[in-house]
Amino acid sequence: MLKDLFPKKKRYATVAPHPGARDKVPEGLIEKCKRCGQILLGKELEKHLKTCPHCGYHFTLTAPERIQITLDEGSFEEFDADLTPGDPLLFPDYPSRVAKAQEATGLREGVVTGRGAICGCPVVVGVMDSRFIMGSMGSVVGEKLARAVEAAVRFGLPVVLFTVSGGARMQEGIFSLMQMAKISTALARLNETGLLYIAVLTNPTTGGVTASFAMQGDIHLAEPGATIGFAGRRIIEPLIRQKLPDEFQTAEFVLEHGMLDQVVHRKDMRALLATILSLHPQGGETVGCRTAL
Amino acid sequence: MAVELPFEKPLIELRLKIEELKQFTEEKGIDMSVEVATLEAKAKTLAESIYRDLTPWQKVQIARHPERPTTLDYIRGMCDDFVELHGDRSFREDAAIVGGIARFDGYPITVVGTQKGRDTKENIFRNFGMAHPEGYRKALRLMKQAEKFGRPVLTFIDTAGAYPGSGAEERGQGEAIARNLIEMAALRVPIVCIVTGEGGSGGALGLGVGDRLLMLEHAYYSVIAPESAAALLWKDASQGQRAANAMSITAQDLFRFGIVDEVLSEPFGGAHRDPAAMIRTVKTAVSAALASLRALPSVDLPTLRYDKYRSMGVVMGGATDSRLVDTAVGHEETNGAELEPEVQDSRH
Repeated sequence: MLKDLFPKKKRYATVAPHPGARDKVPEGLIEKCKRCGQILLGKELEKHLKTCPHCGYHFTLTAPERIQITLDEGSFEEFDADLTPGDPLLFPDYPSRVAKAQEATGLREGVVTGRGAICGCPVVVGVMDSRFIMGSMGSVVGEKLARAVEAAVRFGLPVVLFTVSGGARMQEGIFSLMQMAKISTALARLNETGLLYIAVLTNPTTGGVTASFAMQGDIHLAEPGATIGFAGRRIIEPLIRQKLPDEFQTAEFVLEHGMLDQVVHRKDMRALLATILSLHPQGGETVGCRTAL
Repeated sequence: MAVELPFEKPLIELRLKIEELKQFTEEKGIDMSVEVATLEAKAKTLAESIYRDLTPWQKVQIARHPERPTTLDYIRGMCDDFVELHGDRSFREDAAIVGGIARFDGYPITVVGTQKGRDTKENIFRNFGMAHPEGYRKALRLMKQAEKFGRPVLTFIDTAGAYPGSGAEERGQGEAIARNLIEMAALRVPIVCIVTGEGGSGGALGLGVGDRLLMLEHAYYSVIAPESAAALLWKDASQGQRAANAMSITAQDLFRFGIVDEVLSEPFGGAHRDPAAMIRTVKTAVSAALASLRALPSVDLPTLRYDKYRSMGVVMGGATDSRLVDTAVGHEETNGAELEPEVQDSRH
């Protein structure tokens, strides 16, 4: 037939990949950008602090990675690394989920706290890790953050918290909810002592963390494109019976609605934090950290 | 006819039967009093067995009962001279949270609480007791006003949660609740909070940071609605019952955990069976709580509140406690200025 002379689809000979071929790419050697789809070399990604050099997409960082790119080398001194969650409700499968998360991350819980310096400015930092049960907040996360804030009050140091969390941890029930109040009371005390608290919201920051310490800073910064909100899109969309625009609950959207001070590219974050710290009485002198990439 | 709950069905059927027999006795003149008495005794035992051992899920259903006394019922029943105050002074009025000033035990107090409706029309007006950010900001405005005039704050909590709508998100639902938590933590007047029905997550906590937390016998207080927990855990919202049982959300659980200070007994079968008695019970308990707090100097309140919340949570391990680190040493050591030049290079 005449139609067959103009086939719509070209035919190619296909070769199936060797069964084990995919496994031979070592972990972290290449990564595909989740937004623009570009294939990125691990080294290239690292150089750009895990942001896509093509579209600016910010990959999620682990807590150790965040500490490494934020604090002065060798300055970090961890607090309470050995605190580990209990199972107060005897919740089905909880201990095994915790064990799995601990094994996968090498952390005891979903937040790392401690003391360090940013361009010479001493700070108390807390960094959440989304690999640990979606960065959810249970008793230990609350306790470590409250202790970190208390340490800041004692040492007279400013606090910088990097948030990434799905919210309060269901498996610890009401104890998780009360961590919101616990950290709030600690931050209320920090406020009274006149110390600075900077919240840096990273992708994603939602639920009970948004409804507590992520939104209690003197200054709120966020990484570009980060999802920031209280209720999740999956809850809102069926409720209002319409699809929400893509930019809903992005850092840029939240900035536009007045909840953030700035959306800051990861490459500029350290320098900006140093500048802000140096503008506050207890911030100390920065040591030449003002030039960005 | 009152709204009946599914688990009450056997009891209701039995009661209907008793009514039938009574009617039969009257109409036909046949004496059935012995049978009636037997059945009545049976109904009493059945009622006791149902209401004595309510499952968490049954309590959730009672807590959501449409005839349960609402915040305005309690305010009007417990206080004199209630003057309702409206608006957040920033965007709008939110009818899902009511508040104002009133006289309680002869003293002026500030009252705030989530407000549900009785019927569909009223519930639409009240947004089913689910507040927008403006509701929390109105509540905060009234609490700061209470602080200015040195009067205690009483909050009533009965909400499925903060409203999860797009407008609420745009106007900062998270920020509004977060601000209430930190401001309530620092408020220099006594705060008594009472969960009268549903204590739905952050939306409940947004009015729930205080010096005393009271809870009605069949109220629940949860980090997440049982149905939502089921949807997340087992991808099935209809498993709310299973989630309710797993999450320890009853007043008795929370009292055992030391999170609730006092559980207030409800009339047999639930607060809706005898609202007046329930209101009297709440009034007595609030009166005692406020009396004990009034005796304290106002400057100590945030410290006591701090200690109260600071102890909440279950934590294992912790041989090296950051709180034991010496203060003087800490400051010097963290100043890592000399390390800086090296670090600079590695950061382009």
